[in-house]
Amino acid sequence: MEKERHVLVIFPHPDDEAFGVSGTIASHVNMGTPVTYACLTLGEMGRNMGNPPFANRETLPAIRKKELKDAARALGINDLRMLGFRDKTVEFEDEDKLTNLMSSLITELNPSLVISFYPGYSVHPDHEATGAAVVRAVEKIAAADRPKLQLVAFSRNCVEELGQPDIVHDISAVADIKLDAIKAHRSQTELMLEEMADKLKEKDPQTLAWINNERFWTYKFS
Amino acid sequence: MDPVILSEVQEALDRFKDKEVYVHLETTNGAYASHNNESFFSSGAYIRNAKLSYERAKITGEGPYRAGLKIPFGWVYAEGITHFEIDDKGRLLLAGHDFNGKLAVALEISETPFE
Repeated sequence: MEKERHVLVIFPHPDDEAFGVSGTIASHVNMGTPVTYACLTLGEMGRNMGNPPFANRETLPAIRKKELKDAARALGINDLRMLGFRDKTVEFEDEDKLTNLMSSLITELNPSLVISFYPGYSVHPDHEATGAAVVRAVEKIAAADRPKLQLVAFSRNCVEELGQPDIVHDISAVADIKLDAIKAHRSQTELMLEEMADKLKEKDPQTLAWINNERFWTYKFS
Repeated sequence: MDPVILSEVQEALDRFKDKEVYVHLETTNGAYASHNNESFFSSGAYIRNAKLSYERAKITGEGPYRAGLKIPFGWVYAEGITHFEIDDKGRLLLAGHDFNGKLAVALEISETPFE
């Protein structure tokens, strides 16, 4: 993994950072690189309330806010921005407002690497709208001055249409930190971790690959 | 939240009768339903802080339960209700959790707007 000047991670939901990129984040932090995580919403409309449920629709935002802070702490992120949007509504916001917000983050932080979702290939409407805004903001910068834009895709057609990811990080050295970040989002991941526990114990190759390989596609500007 | 106790929920519903209240009504099967199962048709809706008043309300069924609020020109309806809570702000929170504990439906009533 290359040493970066500053890494800016932009996702819409607490826990988006945990599954796909937390090993990458932890690796950058270990190299001494400052990492900023800008999280647009608090995942207020999540369906998972813990198992058995310990949250309800009205207590969930505060619980997820705390989980997000815990996950950031586990990863060593010291600049966590909560941007105050509401879950499921990002795509209905004014597009220019979103673009300008991303532009202002990039201008302020001057990152050498920006990580977000690949628009068109990231399944959840909030992911799509967030990734699209990030792409629009980076596109506005003169090509020579642009930070690297490495995006997460996981729709069923992503490999078919985008090709294989050009970046695959083996994060097994920090897998424990990644699992801590996933666990920090307890309300959302308790059920999943329960289902995964046996597979982890048996060292199931598919589960280990899912944890240890973080895949990115460098965005291709047309 | 606790499993529905009909008498307690009915009492709470009656307390809000003829008052101006804010309602959160939601149904969802998750943003990933179609991604996880392509044959599944994903749908959902929510309305947050609808201001209304109702003249009667009832929770009924053998569990999961159904709740209906009769409003001047129509109805508010939710089915699949399994749990309830009257929170520290006196709001009535009704929810239906599926077999994995995931939220499937919510109907909430408050005298002040939800945040």
